[in-house]
Amino acid sequence: MNLHVPTMAEMKAKGENPEILFWVGCSGSFDDRAKKITKAVVKILNSCKVSFAVLGTEESCSGDPAKRAGNEFTYQMQAMMNIEVLNGYEVKKIVTACPHCFNTLKNEYPELGGNYEVVHHTQLIQDLINTGKLILENSESFKGKKITFHDPCYLGRANDVYEAPRQLIEKLDAELVEMKRCKSKGLCCGAGGAQMFKEAEKGNKEINIERTEDAVESAAEIIATGCPFCNTMMTDGIKNAEKEGQIKVLDVAELIANAAEL
Amino acid sequence: MSILFFVLIALLGLGFFSLNIWKIRYNINLGKPEERSGDVGKRLKTMILVAFGQQKMFSRPIPALLHLCLYVAFVITQVELFEIFADGLTGEHRMFLNGLGGFYTFAISFIEILSVAAFFATVMFLARRNLLKLPRLNMKEMIGWPTKDANLILIFELILLVCIFTMNGADEVLLNRGASHAAMESGNSFGFSVSSFLGPLFFDGISTGNLHIVERIGWWGHLFMVLGFLNYLPYSKHFHILLAFPNTYYSNLEKKGKFNNMASVTKEVKLMMDPTADPYAVDPNAAPPSRFGAKDVTDLSWKNLMDAYTCTECGRCTSSCPANITGKLLSPRKIMMDTRDRLVELGESKRKNGIDHEDGKSLLGDYITEEELWACTSCNACVDECPVNIDPLTIIIDLRRFLVMEESKIPNELTGMLTNIENNGAPWQFSQNDRLNWANEE
Repeated sequence: MNLHVPTMAEMKAKGENPEILFWVGCSGSFDDRAKKITKAVVKILNSCKVSFAVLGTEESCSGDPAKRAGNEFTYQMQAMMNIEVLNGYEVKKIVTACPHCFNTLKNEYPELGGNYEVVHHTQLIQDLINTGKLILENSESFKGKKITFHDPCYLGRANDVYEAPRQLIEKLDAELVEMKRCKSKGLCCGAGGAQMFKEAEKGNKEINIERTEDAVESAAEIIATGCPFCNTMMTDGIKNAEKEGQIKVLDVAELIANAAEL
Repeated sequence: MSILFFVLIALLGLGFFSLNIWKIRYNINLGKPEERSGDVGKRLKTMILVAFGQQKMFSRPIPALLHLCLYVAFVITQVELFEIFADGLTGEHRMFLNGLGGFYTFAISFIEILSVAAFFATVMFLARRNLLKLPRLNMKEMIGWPTKDANLILIFELILLVCIFTMNGADEVLLNRGASHAAMESGNSFGFSVSSFLGPLFFDGISTGNLHIVERIGWWGHLFMVLGFLNYLPYSKHFHILLAFPNTYYSNLEKKGKFNNMASVTKEVKLMMDPTADPYAVDPNAAPPSRFGAKDVTDLSWKNLMDAYTCTECGRCTSSCPANITGKLLSPRKIMMDTRDRLVELGESKRKNGIDHEDGKSLLGDYITEEELWACTSCNACVDECPVNIDPLTIIIDLRRFLVMEESKIPNELTGMLTNIENNGAPWQFSQNDRLNWANEE
């Protein structure tokens, strides 16, 4: 299936204004693993004929890692440049598959002049299913499979979104199993606060290994994620535990796209 | 004579306590302004649920139940304290007895039952700390004074409870002998739920004269313990029993993921991005330039400082911190303890040497190290865990901001990450022009 990925610039040239901007984010644009998640989201948007566009080469880092690393200058420069672009296209609604971008755009841009309705891709997909636009007909792909959801900190604790991804997993006819630390008590994957881009400080264990142990203990066959960073960390953790054969790490969007046979 | 002594002791106790409260207020006001007013309804609701209702304690049911016993007993026992004050000021004995009649017996009995529960809870707490040695209560930041402080509080509570039962139990026996000073027909019993058993059990063999002394020891002991405890609070982690209420009232009501946008930076960035801006223009209303981020407690907000005084060092934050769990140096509890210790030190020196005095020390460096700060994943687990809504994360981020923006002290890999964002709009070295390549790749 060919992906249809219109850019805001192309749409504007045609005098059109898409309903939703898909904010891809740096991971979703450049990281090989995360690109697959991006494509899964696009497949879902395409199949539901959602009117959307991406910024493409006009998109730039949201500034989250800079802000969390303590460099407010770099963050605000990024934010203001992005806001200028977004406001230029009169963007009203944004969907993103990255909870870090989600949190920054939703909570931190308004004060700097960027006011948008921002949703996480799991929330949008849930909406598409609830309104009947996306139908998972007798999907057998994940029937009865044990799936656990690893809560991304910036989706869960930071923004109180716990149910949307879980409801999607339940739509798969799969068995949702919880890790001992979940929802508001969920353990971080270790990548937040700009840790993704540095070596961990000295300790006796890597955080992603500690977290992967929770997942292994849950007896899940699939670890569902909703964040490209978490995906990387959990994938590494599974490799470290030598469980690649038994446990897969997949984004919720990939699960849905797969179940809908897109 | 005893009224005079009572008034003297009470005034001394309350006066010294007020002085310490004034000092703490002074210290908290050393912090930067932060808007936490408005939304009164929402704030009251948060305070009632989190502080009064102890909502967040119950994610760990065992300590929550034990703590509830102590809390309820502590609050209800204050009713008896009213009578102690009334008696002390008038020289009467059990002043409320006649007016309240049967309800008096009920009220004191209720207090006594709660006090037994509190006694049990206190012993359990001592055991959890000293016998079971719960890891979260025995981490390295707890060595020394913090552990002594915690045990002292529990021992004070035990003494206080013993005083209550001594007072009531002795009076029960005295009343049975027709010798109580209470205005009640002799031969009757008060019928207090616990001390009507404990009294005869312990005090039957004591002569009436001595028993009057025992009763007074219980009464005065209770008073001294209450006033002593009150004055111990400002020096102790136990201050949370007072500050939990305002601290939860002034909670952050925004989403936890939202970090503040530094207004001082916004001004600079706008100036940078505005081609018509005059770089030499001077705003006559501009405040003197302040530092970016926080180096010392005076760079933090008053709410951060109130948080520090509210912390009771329970360690739920640290036990849920992914960095701490995996053996890193960071402990959110230590961040709060350091903030308080530094604030007490700085406040003391400023009161002695004038408000502008600097003592050459700072929170960052002398108390908190860079390694601790760089271990944080900003996951908000510590913020979520805190039963009194303390936020260690904003302190960590503000200290990081100072390190990065004022001192350029930042781990090497992060310098690379920031350079990439500035040059090519992504934390990795990919060209912005390649941002859409994924759409055409197989």
